[in-house]
Amino acid sequence: MKMMFHRTNKDLARMDGKKFGVDQIMTVLCFLIMTTVVILPVVMIIYNTFWDGTKLDLDMFARVILREENLEALKNTVIIAIFATLFATIVGVFFAWLLGRSDIPLKGLMRWLFSIPFMIPPFLAAMAWDMMFSGRGGYINRMLMSIFNLKDAPFNINTVAGIIVIEIVYYFPFVYMQVVSALERMDPTLEESARIAGAKQWYVIRKITLPLTIPAISSGTLLVLITSLSNYGIPSMLGYSKNIFTLPTMIVERVNRAGGDFQGIREATALSVVLVIVVSIALFVQRKLLKAGRYDIIKGKSMRPAMIKLRAAKYPLLIFSIIFLVLVVLTPLVIILLVSFLRAYGLPFAFENFSLVNYQKILIGNIAVTDSIKNSLFLGFGSGIVCLFLGVMLSYVIYKVKPKGSGALETLAVLPYSLPGTVMAIGCILAWSGAVFGITLYNTIWIIMVAYIARYLSYTLKSCSASLQQVHLSLEEASRSCGATHMQSLMDITLPLIKPAMVSSFFLVFLPAMRELTTSVLLYGPNSRTLGVQIQQLRVNGYMTQAAALSVVTIAIIMICNGVVKAITKDRKGV
Amino acid sequence: MDQIVLNHVTKRFTTKTLGTVTAVGDFCLNVKEGECFSFLGPSGCGKTTTLRMIAGFEDLSEGEIYLGGKPMSIRAKNLYVPPEERGLGMVFQAFAVWPHMNIFDNVAFPLKVQKRPRAEIRERVAKALKHCSLDGMENVFPSDLSGGQQQRIALARAIVTNPKVMLLDEPLSNLDPKLRESMSFEIKKLQKEFNFTIIFVTHDQSEAMALSDRMLVMDMGKVVQTGTPTELYNKPVSRFVHSFLGQSNFTDVDIIDGRVYPKGDHSQPLGIAPPAGGVSTMALATRPNTIDINHEEGYQTKVLKRAFLTDFTEYIVAIGNQALRVQTPHRNMFRAGDSCYLRFPNPIWYESGKDAADAERERRTLV
Repeated sequence: MKMMFHRTNKDLARMDGKKFGVDQIMTVLCFLIMTTVVILPVVMIIYNTFWDGTKLDLDMFARVILREENLEALKNTVIIAIFATLFATIVGVFFAWLLGRSDIPLKGLMRWLFSIPFMIPPFLAAMAWDMMFSGRGGYINRMLMSIFNLKDAPFNINTVAGIIVIEIVYYFPFVYMQVVSALERMDPTLEESARIAGAKQWYVIRKITLPLTIPAISSGTLLVLITSLSNYGIPSMLGYSKNIFTLPTMIVERVNRAGGDFQGIREATALSVVLVIVVSIALFVQRKLLKAGRYDIIKGKSMRPAMIKLRAAKYPLLIFSIIFLVLVVLTPLVIILLVSFLRAYGLPFAFENFSLVNYQKILIGNIAVTDSIKNSLFLGFGSGIVCLFLGVMLSYVIYKVKPKGSGALETLAVLPYSLPGTVMAIGCILAWSGAVFGITLYNTIWIIMVAYIARYLSYTLKSCSASLQQVHLSLEEASRSCGATHMQSLMDITLPLIKPAMVSSFFLVFLPAMRELTTSVLLYGPNSRTLGVQIQQLRVNGYMTQAAALSVVTIAIIMICNGVVKAITKDRKGV
Repeated sequence: MDQIVLNHVTKRFTTKTLGTVTAVGDFCLNVKEGECFSFLGPSGCGKTTTLRMIAGFEDLSEGEIYLGGKPMSIRAKNLYVPPEERGLGMVFQAFAVWPHMNIFDNVAFPLKVQKRPRAEIRERVAKALKHCSLDGMENVFPSDLSGGQQQRIALARAIVTNPKVMLLDEPLSNLDPKLRESMSFEIKKLQKEFNFTIIFVTHDQSEAMALSDRMLVMDMGKVVQTGTPTELYNKPVSRFVHSFLGQSNFTDVDIIDGRVYPKGDHSQPLGIAPPAGGVSTMALATRPNTIDINHEEGYQTKVLKRAFLTDFTEYIVAIGNQALRVQTPHRNMFRAGDSCYLRFPNPIWYESGKDAADAERERRTLV
């Protein structure tokens, strides 16, 4: 947007004639909150890694890095991330092209299948895969062994390779989403003019379509790379029993082993620094390899892109795609559902073995479980509402008030997005265990709340600021010219206009908070278990069927909320 | 020889709201070698769909297409040559210049696909760029260029293979008016130089008039009229064509005893001969700039309104119970309220009321 001169809401605020108006108060609040919620934990991590209370201490850091098990964890983290990202990208781009550009039938069904992984937390998916393929105990392994008369389990998922495969099937929809939307928005004549120039279909894909979608592919890849590096759920579910660690699981393991001993927590802190360094290197390398976003491919009239006829390949590809998607997306859900009805884990799936006893056990009289449901709902609603209002305030300050340092404010708000959840949790432990101002939140539900707010604030900020940037300043000016004060204009004009974005941004926080495990596994106390933590505990203690039942309850809550969001955002008006 | 032949080409779409829509119906066309032929019509009339069928981006529901004597699409035989094998040049409205390639690579693309030797590619690209006034800009990326320059890249890319047929899909409508004029001039110049046949799709009548040897007007999937620009302007076969090319007045008239009266005023005839075989009510079509408005002679009436426009003066004049637009040069002035006389050279007659295309238009807008 080009303007003749730069007007900001500062000018509007000035018209109130007050020196300290609404805008100034909000600006100061924003800086204060971001400092405590984001800067403090990060500073505490660095401080505790290199300062042992009296002097600079680099020995501990070096010692931790060079310990063999930590090096092994580092190696695993990097290997898993590289392979998972590479193959998730290939699979994701393939399906994006198939759905965005070809005339393959049943696209509606496939699109629906792609939306499912977004609702299931990674640790639940991993748990389901573990039930199917873990050594001789996995259900599918046992089935294959009896069908083909095998002596040994055909697949063993509790390996580095197993973790990689599960991350691929869990993450490829993320790449798919980015790329398919780019393909759908791309000007179809870019490809058509290559056909006219004499290029065959495959040549057009290689020379025109793929290069033009590189920015989208690259952002999908980046997403997978960062989440894979910082993922705790999948490696902990699949690797823990076989002592396969990655940096995030090793950090949690350190804290657990320490049992409150500060030296242990300091070692975990040092590992966090290593993890952050690895993530930063990944970001840097990725940016070097794929120079992103140089061009604008959305132009011209909004035309439906011409679908490429697959002709003879159509039905083979369709059958392959449906089988693949059902296998990787639906079977984990089905397995969890089936296991949740079993009287005992390990019994075959037969009707006489099914009952509702697991649901009865977890939902009636099990205080730990009902508490965890309450806690997660409380955390979801609480962090959702706080993030919503902080997000609106932050985006208003950053994009409309534009004070000095608004760029820094934005960086601070989106920083936790690329910070691994485990690292954020460690930072919160260090910051809120009485180290600063003597405030101790450790072992209470509030420390989880603070961590969620820090982690998810960027979600609401993005959604609200996108909406707010479309509200032109003249709308508020019109209200001022009608005699309303700055505050009235905000309340009656700006907020109502961005209300749809506010509603959906609440759910952007609520949904991931409901299924969170990575942060809460480090921060929970005896009375503040979350759903994720409780499922993991049930599983570790051998109550597999109850863990499955609680998973089903969790997924049901998430799906219902997801349906609500869809219904709300479908008929939204305004900007 | 006929370079482009379309026989009874029909394209039907099925949509949820409208049911089956005939986007193009029974389209027949012969375009001679070296001719510049325009498809003119409002948006949604089927002109772009027809062009895309010629290019090979759309299958036919019925009919056949030949290019340079060779069959390209023949529905009955299920024959369909893909776009890349049709050997065409094409320029799109949104330029469709590849943003990840510099100008040289954009223009060289068709030759690289043909695996031409490197020296030949360099030479032919240089020639194409020179003809499009882009020489010396080989290494520039399209995003650094203006719309006019980007469209020039698209043109250079289309002519570099020396195609026999050039398809232009509203190539000028994303450009500003001044550029539009110079670009259409350049396209003509390139056509002389490279001697290709042009199919030019546009909704802008003045572009079509200026560029084409022959043209056709489409409405609701049907060809309404084919001819030279002057034929279409001077002898439009329907109200639709009349109103689409240039400005029009349609005046409802009553014909009584061989005299023509405007509706609402039977006291004074218009002083023109009625059409042969005309019925009692007709529509008289006139061009605002051909009506003779004067102080002495013809149908006497009053000036209702006057507007001084850039190149002419426009009057709104009463005619019976209707109003008529009249445009004259800035001399011979009348004021609002003045009495004046009108004469109508070359009147054109249409039946009053709606035709089939109007009925279909209404059906589609109502859904």
